[in-house]
Amino acid sequence: MKTKVPSKRLLCLSALAILALPSLGSAQESHIGKLTGHADSGKQLYRRFCIGCHGPRGDGQGENAPYVTPQPRNFVAATFKCRSTVTGTLPTDEDLFNAITRGFNTTNMPSWAPLTEQQRADLVAYVKTFSERWKNEKPGTPIEVPAETPVTLESINHGKELFQKLECWKCHGPEGRGDGPAASTLTDSNDQPIRPYNFSAGTRFKCGTTNQDLYKIFITGVDGTPMPSFADVIKPNEAWDLVHYLRTLQVSRKGPESDLLKAHGGAAKAADKSGK
Amino acid sequence: MRSKHVFMAGVAVLAAAAMAVAAPSGGTISGKVTYEGTPAKQKVIDMSKEPSCAKQYTTPPTGEAVVTGAGNSLHNVVVYISAGAPDGGSAPAQAVTFTQKGCRYIPHVAVLQVNQELKVVNEDQTSHNIHPLAKANREWNKSQPPGSPAISEKFDKEEFIPVKCNVHPWMHGTFAVLKTSHYAVTGDSGGFTLPNLPPGKYTITAWHESYGTQTQDVTITGGETKSVNFVFKAKAY
Repeated sequence: MKTKVPSKRLLCLSALAILALPSLGSAQESHIGKLTGHADSGKQLYRRFCIGCHGPRGDGQGENAPYVTPQPRNFVAATFKCRSTVTGTLPTDEDLFNAITRGFNTTNMPSWAPLTEQQRADLVAYVKTFSERWKNEKPGTPIEVPAETPVTLESINHGKELFQKLECWKCHGPEGRGDGPAASTLTDSNDQPIRPYNFSAGTRFKCGTTNQDLYKIFITGVDGTPMPSFADVIKPNEAWDLVHYLRTLQVSRKGPESDLLKAHGGAAKAADKSGK
Repeated sequence: MRSKHVFMAGVAVLAAAAMAVAAPSGGTISGKVTYEGTPAKQKVIDMSKEPSCAKQYTTPPTGEAVVTGAGNSLHNVVVYISAGAPDGGSAPAQAVTFTQKGCRYIPHVAVLQVNQELKVVNEDQTSHNIHPLAKANREWNKSQPPGSPAISEKFDKEEFIPVKCNVHPWMHGTFAVLKTSHYAVTGDSGGFTLPNLPPGKYTITAWHESYGTQTQDVTITGGETKSVNFVFKAKAY
């Protein structure tokens, strides 16, 4: 009689396990192109490479965290800077994969490109286990980035107009040097000081290096930082104009935008509508 | 014929009015929110970096983390039924408007029901970014230059969400997302009224952005009005 009880229990447990499997399965995998990442393999990698800063619970409270500015990403809060998706939504698996591959400029997060693609995909799967959001919410729809418009003087000048109208200069400064009137007061969502990007340095952006990346940055916003989304206030083609103008602010970087502007005297001219 | 129509319409209006009065009014909980001690002096906001806002004031405004009135009344306290109330049901169709004017938030504390529409309006001649620092809900951050259409959003979880504008660091407000439709925000007098409560045992919560929360239990048996007061301890710093 006694032996029957454990077997019943076992039956119940296995039934529960089967019931629980489908929901767990989707949350513990990642899909990047043809790659499928697995959280169990990701966990081993995480414990070797990531745990020091991001911590055993993924809350960004690893043993190195006190020495790191900005603070390591808190995967429990699941707010992510670099997304292809609209502000306030979860990133795609590919967004996380790219972030791990690229690392974050001006932070302590290095590029993990030395790991294999499979390993990075496994890490993405594991990072997604820290927050319930990955079970309850779907990643946002990626924004559409239309084909880039030609780099013309007109485009650059119109971009400058947008830079003024949308008041990008309030934080990034009138010449994009990161020294706007609001720059010194900015804080991130952990209430820690944060600096706006200084275009003149010409360094990589936090969320990539290409014109497409730049387009995505201001359309989706950089969640968890003061950088808002401009998705509702810039039309798709106008956004390319802004991209072209922003490139000319990277004075120490060579590019088709800066070259064109130099050939035309070197200064973008926004059509003066204010009458100043 | 015409006069008959008017007459009929009149009857309909009267009937509607009578129904509104006769609707189960239930009990009422009302009271006042006050503070004891000395509240921190609110700093004068320096808007010199934003002239288009600064010029809207003859005397510069002060911070709104603690706003008080005569008789130690405490403003901007959200008083709501946190337990015992019949569920709020579906969210009201009416949107709650949150206006940025003179580089301040009006109202300073906006109460929403879960999934109720929030409309954010910019009446200033400067760009604002609306950045709710949500934890239970999703944190988002949107730019709203002058003349932009209203931003429409909703929150699907109960939470007191601090909201700020990163460009103008003095701008702080709250989106209070509640499950219940029984709530009030204290104004000039510090008073509040929660009407139309069917008999039952209720927990009333009072929330203030700087002084935290307090709760009290109240039982309503019929159509009576119960008095409930909250006293917050002011913090000098």
